[in-house]
Amino acid sequence: MSKITLENLSHSYLKTQNIDADWALRNINIDWKDGGAYALLGPSGCGKTTLLNIISGLLTPTKGKVLFNDEDVTDKNPVERNIAQIFQFPVIYDTMTVYDNLAFPLKNRGISETEIKSKVEEMAEMLELTSTLHNRASGLTADGKQKISLGRGLVRSDVNVIMFDEPLTVIDPHLKWVLRSKLKELHQRISRTMIYVTHDQTEALTFADQVVVMHEGQIVQTGTPVELFEKPKHTFVGHFIGSPGMNILPCKIQNGKAMVNGNVIETENDFKNKNFTKTEIGVRPEFIKFDSSGLPVKINKVSNTGRYNVVDTECEGGKLKILSPVTSKIPSGSAFVKFDKKRTFAYGDSWIIE
Amino acid sequence: MNKTVNQKAWLFVIPVFALVAFNAIIPLMTVVNYAFQETFGSNVFTWEGTRWFQQILTSDRFHDALGRQFLFTFIILIIQIPLGIFIALTMPKEGLGVPVCLVLMSMPLLIPWNVVGAMWNIFALPDIGFLGHSLNDLGFDYNFTQQPGDAWFTTVLMDVWHWTSLVVLLAYAGLRSIQPAYYQAAEIDGASRWAIFRFIELPKMKKVLTIAILLRFMDSFMIYTEPFVLTGGGPGNATAFLSIDLVKMALGQFDLGPAAAMSLIYFLIVLLVCWVFYNLMMRNEAQS
Amino acid sequence: MSKHKWIVPTLYIIFLMLPIYWLLNMSFKTTTEIINTYSLWPQDFTLENYKKIFTDSTWYTGYLNSIYYVVLNTIISVAAALPAAYAFSRYKFVGDKHLFFWLLTNRMAPPAVFALPFFQFYSSVNLFDTHIAVALSHCLFNIPLAVWILEGFMSAVPKELDETAYVDGYSFWKFFIKIFIPTITAGIGITMFFCFMFSWVELLLAKTLTAVDAKPIAATMTRTASTSGYELGLLAAAGSLTIVPGAIVIYFVRNYIAKGFALGRV
Repeated sequence: MSKITLENLSHSYLKTQNIDADWALRNINIDWKDGGAYALLGPSGCGKTTLLNIISGLLTPTKGKVLFNDEDVTDKNPVERNIAQIFQFPVIYDTMTVYDNLAFPLKNRGISETEIKSKVEEMAEMLELTSTLHNRASGLTADGKQKISLGRGLVRSDVNVIMFDEPLTVIDPHLKWVLRSKLKELHQRISRTMIYVTHDQTEALTFADQVVVMHEGQIVQTGTPVELFEKPKHTFVGHFIGSPGMNILPCKIQNGKAMVNGNVIETENDFKNKNFTKTEIGVRPEFIKFDSSGLPVKINKVSNTGRYNVVDTECEGGKLKILSPVTSKIPSGSAFVKFDKKRTFAYGDSWIIE
Repeated sequence: MNKTVNQKAWLFVIPVFALVAFNAIIPLMTVVNYAFQETFGSNVFTWEGTRWFQQILTSDRFHDALGRQFLFTFIILIIQIPLGIFIALTMPKEGLGVPVCLVLMSMPLLIPWNVVGAMWNIFALPDIGFLGHSLNDLGFDYNFTQQPGDAWFTTVLMDVWHWTSLVVLLAYAGLRSIQPAYYQAAEIDGASRWAIFRFIELPKMKKVLTIAILLRFMDSFMIYTEPFVLTGGGPGNATAFLSIDLVKMALGQFDLGPAAAMSLIYFLIVLLVCWVFYNLMMRNEAQS
Repeated sequence: MSKHKWIVPTLYIIFLMLPIYWLLNMSFKTTTEIINTYSLWPQDFTLENYKKIFTDSTWYTGYLNSIYYVVLNTIISVAAALPAAYAFSRYKFVGDKHLFFWLLTNRMAPPAVFALPFFQFYSSVNLFDTHIAVALSHCLFNIPLAVWILEGFMSAVPKELDETAYVDGYSFWKFFIKIFIPTITAGIGITMFFCFMFSWVELLLAKTLTAVDAKPIAATMTRTASTSGYELGLLAAAGSLTIVPGAIVIYFVRNYIAKGFALGRV
């Protein structure tokens, strides 16, 4: 089990770097405790797989350090770091049986046959693979194969960290839920440090105690799922998390307050007197209400999703999505909306103003 | 892909069918014709039944040629397949080295087969050839025109020079198609280099290797030009493989009946092996 | 081992280049020098042999003949194979699997078996000693190969492309030529490469079906070897020149080579 620290990590796939975009990762600093479940969340290309491979040792970073339990492992390979990694598609040894697949990493480390047998059987029982133990691994379904990949990682008792690189990508949707629960259950049973990379917010928010949101090679916010939802530190986080995501409206500043279309919008935080090139306010669709006065909007479409109505509206600053309970009446044509002050935030140059 | 049923598709296939049938069926019919009849050269045919087949199948000459052929093909496969795989494993995966390697290694494949034979003839001559001269300098008594063992050695070496690159290219393509995640997982599992080869690379190359083995079997079994130019089938009959013997009989001696019978037997052997391989390949594809 | 891996391909390439070098070496020597002195490079460098080939018509026509029938064969093979491959790729029809297998078996036909029948057959239709005869005879193994490779590339193009074109009002041939073919140019390039290669290197049928008019360079070379008792320098020069077209073609398709093989179809 390991505490993981990343210090000033930067990585580029190019030999020389001129502009920010040449870097895949910029100034990553992370401090993760032992035994936690963490997620790296972000869209494709944000650098999360690069970061994962640096932590596991498959990639050496251009700059910065990786520490396991305060020991510098930056130059150590995956075997020396004692990690396990599960990939996007099942990686199994086709010609071996399920048993031999699970036993493989143990055999390579010279562990005795009897010990191997007990560990493999224990793992198979945990993953519900016992009935297929002596079948050829290539004959299993995709989720079965992914379980084998998982098993190979967990079967070693001295594993420090287990990394998951979008492991549910090839799994059928109705089985994703089953596997997700299995992973959570395994984490509670084994309590090893687990790092889960995904672009799916549901996976990240349900699996992890703490989520790291990444965007264009940088960490935008780290926090619990609740923190990320309630107070996004970056407009990207606001927009990425939640379905639908946060509404972001450009605004002007007058007397320290946000103005949209000449209407004053009360925000939870103040626009301190700093010069920003871009000023915006953000508010989640759940916290906008129809009212008799306020910001004028035009109603474009109403969709009923069963639990609530999603109202697509438009004001002169941009589009606004509003979530309204099915029981309340929705005006048609044009209306006024008010934002919940405590849930409306001011953003300068995309970062929350604090 | 979901193919739609369309019998009019035959129209598209007609040019191909015509050109290949023209070249295959009609001459083949002639061969079958000759195989069962006797002609005294003037379009007068008398039915001979299976006499030619019996003659061939019991003739020592045919057995010798067939034996030589199987031995040759066996040696070729044993050397070229492992060697080709080995070289492919050591080739660079990226960078300038890749096109350089591919181009240079492909060169032997594009040389007209008679030039290959002539080139090796010159190369291996004991007094003026680099190989011949050097071997004799080193103390070996080497003369491929006179000693059967040397003739076999040179012929095999020439074929290895000529065709191993085909195996290399196929194996290399197969290796390049393996996703990096497999190597990464093996690294994490602590697998040895041999284990990586045995459990990841070899299984994933199965399809291309089957094609390589099939092609090398066929082409080495049908080999004609290169050994003919190199040794003429000699010394004596030492390197007279099946094709060489057949052509000698057909075009040289104009022994049409036996030649035709031998052709059919020859063709049938090749077809049989190919059919077996084809089924193996189809079964493999169905499994995965 | 990994640090010194490069030794293996290097040694292999040296092995491959040796006989070629030796041939080049000989081509720049006079026949007398070759017979009398053994040396690793020409002591008495001469361009005599090459001059003879470029000026003597019996020699250079050999090359022209070879190139002519190879190009003919490539064009015929690819042109016929394109619609057929399309049919195999898109449609199911009676006998399609058997036809495909039968085509492949022709690639496996021993040329020796066909040498005599071809000789008689092409003579009987008065095509003996013509370029077209050699070009047509090579279709025996090149067309199946062309169909096989093209079908592989075509199957990778989704059927939706065809359907969209029909909906947009294209007639079949307009669609095929203007839309479909551009998507498989890599496949066509590779197919032409292999047709060129297998036709260029084939000797038995080419020699059997020709005498004077369409005689390929291969035949000219073998005659020199047997009649004038080894004009080695000349032979070496002629051989060296046959390597050139191959080298040029390979250079142009170098990027496609690995890709083409990677489809698993050769």
